[in-house]
This record gives sequence, C-alpha cells and structure tokens, in this order.
Amino acid sequence: MDLESLTRTSGEWLKATGPDSDIVMSSRIRLARNLAQFPFPSRADDNVRAEIEEVLRTQIEKNPAGRRLNYISVSSLEVIDRQMLVERQLISREHSETHGQRGVGVSDEENISVMINEEDHLRIQVLRSGFALDECWSEIDAIDDAIEAERTYAFSDKLGYLTACPTNCGTGIRVSVLMHLPALVHTKEIQKVFQALQKINLAVRGLYGEGSQAMGDFYQISNQVTLGKSEANLIRTIQDVVPNIVSYERRVRQALVSENRRGLHDQVSRAYGILKTARTISSEETMDLLSSVRLGINLGLIDDLEIPTINELFIHTQPAHLQKIRHEKLETVDRNVARADYIRQRLNERN
Amino acid sequence: MKCERCSKPAVLHITELRQGEVRALHLCEGCAKEYLSHAQPSKKDGAIESDTGAEEAALDDLELQVCPNCGIAFKEFRSLGRLGCPHDYVVFEDELLPLLENIHGETTHTGKIPKRSPQSSQIQFKLIKLRSELRSCVEEERYEDAARIRDSIRQLEEDQSQAKPTSAPSEPG
Repeated sequence: MDLESLTRTSGEWLKATGPDSDIVMSSRIRLARNLAQFPFPSRADDNVRAEIEEVLRTQIEKNPAGRRLNYISVSSLEVIDRQMLVERQLISREHSETHGQRGVGVSDEENISVMINEEDHLRIQVLRSGFALDECWSEIDAIDDAIEAERTYAFSDKLGYLTACPTNCGTGIRVSVLMHLPALVHTKEIQKVFQALQKINLAVRGLYGEGSQAMGDFYQISNQVTLGKSEANLIRTIQDVVPNIVSYERRVRQALVSENRRGLHDQVSRAYGILKTARTISSEETMDLLSSVRLGINLGLIDDLEIPTINELFIHTQPAHLQKIRHEKLETVDRNVARADYIRQRLNERN
Repeated sequence: MKCERCSKPAVLHITELRQGEVRALHLCEGCAKEYLSHAQPSKKDGAIESDTGAEEAALDDLELQVCPNCGIAFKEFRSLGRLGCPHDYVVFEDELLPLLENIHGETTHTGKIPKRSPQSSQIQFKLIKLRSELRSCVEEERYEDAARIRDSIRQLEEDQSQAKPTSAPSEPG
C-alpha cells in the first residue's frame, strides 16, 4: 500500500453509501484475539514480539477469507505516517505509540484493518459506511474463522477469548457506531441520550475512541461488557438503541428548521462561507464549521456540496494529513494556514 | 482504578512508608475506612497491631503470587491493568473472578467458540511450560532430562496436529 497516495483518497466508510448515513457516519466491529503460546505484547520482549509479528503477518498475507490485505510494518514507519494511519482510523493511538515489532494489514477500501501487537496480539477491525452492523459482523466473523483455522487462540471454555485486559475477555468484541448529532448537541438534548445509554451499559466516546473528546458533534456509541453475552446479543443491543437516537436527532433537526429556518440557514451558510474563505483556521474551528455544513447539506440548506467531501475533510484536515499533503513538517501556526488553504481549494474546486 | 481489596472503584490512594519501604494502596470508601481505623498511629494495643500485621502479610503473599509462565505477579497486574499471558487467567482465577464479575456482571462466556478443539489451548500451555523447562535443562547441561522433555514436546505437537480441523480455511482459488 502506497502511503503517499492516501492523502488523495479516503476510506470506503466515508463515502456515505450505507443506511442512515446522514446521521450514522460508520459502523465498526473489532475483535481482540491472542495466540495461546505467547505472552501478551506488553509482557513480550523484542524477540518474542518479532516472533508474534512473523506468525501473524503470515496469516494476514494469506488473505484470510479471501480478503486481500496490504501489510504495513508500523514499527518501521516514520511518526508522521503512523499518525496518518491513526487519523484514518486504521490503527489505534496506542498501536502508533507503543514500541517493538508491530504491523497492520489493511484492505484497499480501508474497510478492514488487522493490527498485530497492539494491546493484544491481534485486533481485527471491520468498518462500514452508515448503520450496517450485520455486514460488519459477517465479514469479521469470516476473517476470524480463517485465522483461527490455522492458529490456536488463547481460549477458555469458561472465560472465552482471553485478552490482555480483563475488560475485553469473553467475546473480545467491541461494537460501535459513529454518529453525527449536531441538533441534539445544539439543544443539549444529548445529555438525556448519554444518561439513557449509561443505564444500559453502553459507552459514549469521541471520534477517536477511548479518552478522546467529542469533536464536530461526533459520538461513538459502543458496548462495555464483553463477557456473559453472545456477540449477536451485544450487536442487537446497539441495533435496538441506534434507531431511537437517529429518529430523535431527525425530530430535533425538523423542529429546529420549523422554529427558525432562516436562522439555521444563516448559521450553516456562514459556516460554509468561513470555510471557503478563511486564511488560517484551527482544527477545533474546522470541526465545528464542518459539522454545521454537514447538517446544512443533510437539511437541503446547502445544495452545491456532497456529504462524502465533507466526511473526507474531517479526516484530511488533521495534522498528519496536512503535513503529508504539504510534504513538510509544520508547526501549529503554519498548519492552520495550510489547513485553510487546503479547505479553500477543496470547496472551491467544486464550483 | 479499582479497590485492591474488593474491586469496587478506589477513592482513596495512600502511599505508605513502612520500615523504609514505599507502598501504594488504592482502596474504595468502605475498605479505606476499615484500613484507616486499623492504621491509627495512636493505637497502643500491641495484640491488635500484630494481628493487622499478619493480615497484611497474608494479603501481600496473595499479591506476590507469580505466574510460572510469564512471571508476572498479581500485584504488577494491579498496577498495570494488563495481564502478562493467557495462563494468568488460570493462575489468578480466584482473584480475577470477582473483578470480572464487577466489570461484566457475569463470569461465564456464552459467545463464539473456536472451531478448533478447545483443548488445544490447554495443550499450548503445557507446551509453553515444557519448552521453558527444556531451555533451562539445556542451559544447565542436563541433557538426559532435556531429551525426555523434547520427546514429550514432540508427542504433544503430534496430538495437536491431529486435533486440527480437517476443513481447509476459506481462501481464494
């Protein structure tokens, strides 16, 4: 996989082709798996880590379940390239920042990523545009089966798949849905959603998962419990709750339009105007304005711009992407200028 | 962070200096109250003090228990939050079960099961142990023992390859 060309493309999951993709940006399932015969990565010395990487890279290069995966040796990448993979959600922050031999297998569409030597030996992830958890599951289940047919996973009859952190053991599954909820945030109704989700043991996080703050009104909703419930059961819990949030967000959007269409139209148009003309812009402001514009497109208030372009801008305006686009290392001040340049170019080229 | 004694959320973090040794304690409200009432320096009753000492020593023993496979002590897991190897789930089962109950509300897996024989994990654990024994035998030049262990490893490996599923993994072409 040519990392240089990534700045000109985006993952399939950003194309807004899936169900409800005006509100559900993406669906994601990940599985944590470990090989029975090795210590977990944090306890493995460099030699053992190299051995684990070798064993699992072989599996990835066999294209499990017929999925063609490009192998990237993360440990031999420059910091900026690792950061870019984090921004594209292909590896985790932890995987980028840890040490020792490690890598990731990525499909051309960037729908599949298989990390080696993250917190666990193997972290398989499948992403889809929109609300499409069943598709995620059938794909990840097949990949998991194909690897498991050749390698012995650490598994106990009682505790299921054994993971480095007891919070993941059992199914090792994390089911998550990334939602864009600007209207619920604007009206502060989002607090009610958080409380309701907490009661049924679901976690709410920001765009980049654990510990990240909510940016651009994006929220990731995922299961916390992994033991004692089946995968189907855990997926269903999310599948049951997401449509309620989707219709809640839609209702509040319609209410905002009928209460003050002109005000809302003004707000999203100003956001669009700033993005098209600004000469320097921070990451936070970009996220906020992109969120308004995204809402504007979905409500038909902005009609000369496509959702996939906005989705892509959320990713491509992040620090590592900007520096890769510019082919140079940039400090914050220069990055803000480069960001404004890039956004202007992307938004004006369409008119 | 969870309480070291009962795995409720820890609210009190104590760093204790005792006989020149630094020790960090993380306790929930209930256990902290109990701990502090015992640790009052004004206490003059020698008998109670020695009782507490014994209790703490017992606690330390548990905490210092080490996994023979990866060498991690339960105490280390407490501070890192990560286990050392899959075998830790067997070695520290008594300590981990209440923790798992606390996190997940359940302690029995009901999800996907690998198609491969579930025993192969057990065989793997045996193999790890034997391989490390083999290494120390060779280092200590006990070649007869080493030969015997090597034979058992071969036997287990054969058992394992027979336990493999016959269906080929789904791959293109």
